[in-house]
Amino acid sequence: MQSTAHAFKSNVGHALADPNLQDSLAKLKVGFSERRRQAAERLPEFEALRDRARDIKNHTLAHLDFYLEEFERKVIALGGKVHWAPTAADALQIISDLCKSVNARTVAKSKSMVAEEIALNEHLEALGIAPIETDLGEYIIQLRNEPPSHIIAPAVHLTKDQVADTFLEHHAKLGFDKRLTERNDLVAEARYVLRQKFLDADVGLTGANFLVAETGSSMLVTNEGNADLSNTLPKMHIVLASIEKVIPTLEDAAVLLRVLARSATGQESSAYTTLNTGPKKREDLDGPEQYHVVLLDNGRSSVLGTEMQEILRCIRCGACMNHCPVYGAVGGHAYGWVYPGPMGAVLTPQLVGVEEASNLPNASTFCGRCESVCPVRIPLPKLMRHWREREFEKHLTPKAVRQGLAVWSFLARRPALYRRLTGIANRVLALFGRADGRYGTLPLAGGWTRFRDFPAPQAGGTFHARWAARRKT
Amino acid sequence: MSDARTQILGGIRRSLRRGELAGEARSAVEARLASPPRGPSVARAQLPQPEKVALFCQWAETLNATVARVGADDVPGEVTAYLARNNLPANVAMAPSPLLEGYDWASQKMLSIRRGRGEGSDQVSVTGAFAGIAETGTVVMASGPDHPVSLNLLPDTHVVVLRESDVVAGYEDVWGRLRERYGKNLMPRTVNTITGPSRTGDIEQAMELGAHGPRRMHILVVRD
Repeated sequence: MQSTAHAFKSNVGHALADPNLQDSLAKLKVGFSERRRQAAERLPEFEALRDRARDIKNHTLAHLDFYLEEFERKVIALGGKVHWAPTAADALQIISDLCKSVNARTVAKSKSMVAEEIALNEHLEALGIAPIETDLGEYIIQLRNEPPSHIIAPAVHLTKDQVADTFLEHHAKLGFDKRLTERNDLVAEARYVLRQKFLDADVGLTGANFLVAETGSSMLVTNEGNADLSNTLPKMHIVLASIEKVIPTLEDAAVLLRVLARSATGQESSAYTTLNTGPKKREDLDGPEQYHVVLLDNGRSSVLGTEMQEILRCIRCGACMNHCPVYGAVGGHAYGWVYPGPMGAVLTPQLVGVEEASNLPNASTFCGRCESVCPVRIPLPKLMRHWREREFEKHLTPKAVRQGLAVWSFLARRPALYRRLTGIANRVLALFGRADGRYGTLPLAGGWTRFRDFPAPQAGGTFHARWAARRKT
Repeated sequence: MSDARTQILGGIRRSLRRGELAGEARSAVEARLASPPRGPSVARAQLPQPEKVALFCQWAETLNATVARVGADDVPGEVTAYLARNNLPANVAMAPSPLLEGYDWASQKMLSIRRGRGEGSDQVSVTGAFAGIAETGTVVMASGPDHPVSLNLLPDTHVVVLRESDVVAGYEDVWGRLRERYGKNLMPRTVNTITGPSRTGDIEQAMELGAHGPRRMHILVVRD
């Protein structure tokens, strides 16, 4: 997918002015995040499981080469194939070659953010192969020709009415010419339309939530069952997964599953958790003849051993965006690429370059909610701060900000001067703002006062002055 | 292709500032893989078997499945009665499993049974279950000639027959049973762990049942 992360600021402007988007985002506060809190409270072991989940991922990352080789060995032993893709272009080549080898005309796809990352749909379409998104959210946005706005609920930015309009527009030619008003009718219509496509698909392509080294299994977690239909009905199953999805054992999977569903949607368990291991066995009555796993690096191996390594623990639950006040205000599209919210603000600069995505790590108030809900305890604010440091070092920070910081740092290192100047500024602002108690406009603070008033200081001086006075009494 | 493999593994090793894992470090990781350590145990499911079964039923119902507790002789009758209660056709696609063949289906004169894989037009399937997980009311399906995966997914209604003795506390116990049945490191092609009917939260975050898989799941918990 083509990044528009560089246009974050104008994306934000559009997002804030979109009433449908704002309606949809308002539901996040009472939807996923409230349900996550309740699910965590129902499980006394939740915090201990989060610690363990973090440790499992750290252990795996420290031995990533070993576990990938182990995983590959098991897949091959069970009759599957593993393909190594250092870059997105490599993965696209591998997948299109596989599709061509069975003369595929349609590919049933289960939601995969890695597939979005490498822009698989555009690639397949260009080759005359039709990708069919089968996750309801992905299906909706595929019809609308939009990118996902959330990693687990790709159409979370849309209202029910928008979905109804989209279905009417695209399904009328199939005989569904009545505009629907109920959610369950919309779900039923999509089910009906997609069922035949599942049965006709030549290839099923899924992502993976985890790859289990011990058994060579790919593990998929869904609520709809679409991934399971994708990996059971077509004659070829392709798993596309990035290298950090591997975990050591089934016992480790049990820990990660317990934190994944609860963190994502507040469910005790997702409806379907599936382990796929190799192709159909000779005596099986169904299943694919071929089983392929494409392992994508795309820059991840170079993150290992750096200060950013911790982002590779991410299990893509979406809790950080569900709880982020910035995501909650602007939605996922504003971030301009596949991964939005706090985890996206850390991962996107890594994958598309800090020059392109320099705005994203700055789109945070550092309130820390993301870190406080992360099931694998990724210190997201700290990692965003690292990006800000790197930006500063690369001179990507805007000139006005750099100059402002230079002035501030000059003053901060001269406490006496700092106190005198802030004292003067405080008195001046208090004096002229006395009548209203606030400022509607203020020189050098246009970015603030354009959207809200700046409060005039109250009597009593600066914080320093008041602190000193208080200590004397 | 092997170049790509070398490139990725080499890149990982360069980043980790070491060569291929060797010596004691390698033995330690191999040992962890050979005897996998368990995570924190979830206390709510660590119960004597009867309470475990009760917990399974409670969670399955909470998460939108329906449950009937029956004796072995009543299994075919309960299937017929369930179909009648819900105005469903008395046609089922059944998994050709020894467990299910142990019940007296001939007693149900009105029930028509097709044994084999699931088809797109199936209304109702009847399958066994490899295990039930008490912690979340989850049923576990292991694929094989006696259990095609399509039966778990294609029909509108999935009727599951689960023996009380196959209810375990958590995932870890399922893994243990899989290793026992199939051999260590070997797996059936597919293990589906299924918690209630198919659902989606993709429209306005509100859960709706019956996305792509079954809209209804009815679990017969059978006394041993």
